[in-house]
Amino acid sequence: MHHIYCPYCEEMREEEEYSYTGEAHIERPKDPAAISDEAWADYMFFRSNPRGIHHEMWYHAAGCRRYFNATRDTQSYKVHETYKMGEMPSITAETLAQAKGDAS
Amino acid sequence: MKKYSGFSLFKHSLSHHENWQAAWRSPQPKKEYDVIIVGGGGHGLATAYYLAKVHGITNVAVLEKGYLGGGNTARNTTIVRSNYLWDEASKLYDHSLDLWKDLSQDLNYNVMFSQRGVLNLGHNLQDMRDIERRVNANRLNGIDGVVLNTAEVKEIVPIINDSQDIRYPVLGASWQATGGVARHDAVAWGFARGADSMGVDLIQQCEVTDIVTEDGAVVGVQTTQGFIGSKKVACVTAGNSGVMAAMVGLRLPIESRPLQALVSEPIKPIIDTVVMSNAVHAYVSQSDKGDLVIGAGADSYNGYGQRGSFNVVEHTMSAICELFPMFSRVRMNRAWGGIVDTCPDACPIISKTSIKGLYFNCGWGTGGFKATPGSGNVFAHTLAHDEAHPLAAPFSIDRFSTGHLIDEHGAAGVAH
Repeated sequence: MHHIYCPYCEEMREEEEYSYTGEAHIERPKDPAAISDEAWADYMFFRSNPRGIHHEMWYHAAGCRRYFNATRDTQSYKVHETYKMGEMPSITAETLAQAKGDAS
Repeated sequence: MKKYSGFSLFKHSLSHHENWQAAWRSPQPKKEYDVIIVGGGGHGLATAYYLAKVHGITNVAVLEKGYLGGGNTARNTTIVRSNYLWDEASKLYDHSLDLWKDLSQDLNYNVMFSQRGVLNLGHNLQDMRDIERRVNANRLNGIDGVVLNTAEVKEIVPIINDSQDIRYPVLGASWQATGGVARHDAVAWGFARGADSMGVDLIQQCEVTDIVTEDGAVVGVQTTQGFIGSKKVACVTAGNSGVMAAMVGLRLPIESRPLQALVSEPIKPIIDTVVMSNAVHAYVSQSDKGDLVIGAGADSYNGYGQRGSFNVVEHTMSAICELFPMFSRVRMNRAWGGIVDTCPDACPIISKTSIKGLYFNCGWGTGGFKATPGSGNVFAHTLAHDEAHPLAAPFSIDRFSTGHLIDEHGAAGVAH
């Protein structure tokens, strides 16, 4: 069971209060009619699906009913951080790899 | 390969079964192969078997990072059926069902395929309408199916709760009598033994760490046992397909999620068929050993941890207890998760890629076990001819840009 910190409610809540809504930071093409079918498919269906650090959207369905982003490890299931919509993650696969390199 | 038979069983009993030959070799990898199959699960081993048997290509290696059949092949609930809605999917799964029927004889290995029938329950009016539509579509495609009402379901499964006063009453079901279950490990082992006997190298404890390409074409793979060359590399890696694709900078329309299953303590024979319900995310059958084999829904979020959420299991168990009140005091022995590769349209990808010589067979999501022989059979054709098998052609990765999706969420669907 995940405990996830809602950046709007500013509280730790249980996983069941939330719904998962997929990969974060995917921008809808500004002019869908102008792009190729492949580019539209890439936006619509293709995902990075990493084993490791993943930036994803969650919806606080039984709470404030707002969307926010989370940085979570898909292998260890550790939630590294949550942040509001429109913000960028402070923890990424690169920063973690770098921190690990500095420590050793 | 020595043939298994009643006589050999008797002969070996005289030496206390201590002198059986190993079912397959454990060779060192060669420098170069005609085809490398990444992933030694049921689908990968079946692909190797049919490559050798049907297409005469035997200079093949199957690379497995753990042990054969230790991933989703060992983790599923062993259900076999072909009652899918759309023509493309139903033909593919029915091709597989046809192969299942003779598989034990073909492999000379008892895969314990038991056609005990599969029920898909309906709990509301819309479920029943969908079931009618699916059964009619199945019959037009030559797949057996009937629509049953509550009393007819009760006749097949006397222990089911037929009360109409529960939250999800059983209003009826679809019934595919030719569906059933098979012994999952035996399927992997049978294909492995068959492939090995025709010269395929099965290399375990050999993780692929990189796919090596030159000028847009595959030249081999980097592994924990060194570089192995091949102009054709086929990835049959289920939940890890996205990780494989990332090695060559590709993305797939796939998300990997844990799907859970569990078994109870062994009990006396009580249920002689397979009962599935999409609406309440539960399915149950009984193994020959007596355990109830129960499947849950997939987690909603991506994960590679091979374990699932407690709330998902709790949800499934409450559904099982409502459908079968007498199971409420059966104790569960083990629970586990497998990483399923789910596609947006709940159908597989059996396809070439933009990189020459790189093939993917993935996206089977929550229902790949039933397709094991068929998947290997059509994928072997695709690899041998560098052109999709007619049954596999609609499952090309191009369908996501052409829009020809095959939406099987209804039939594939136990959230699942």
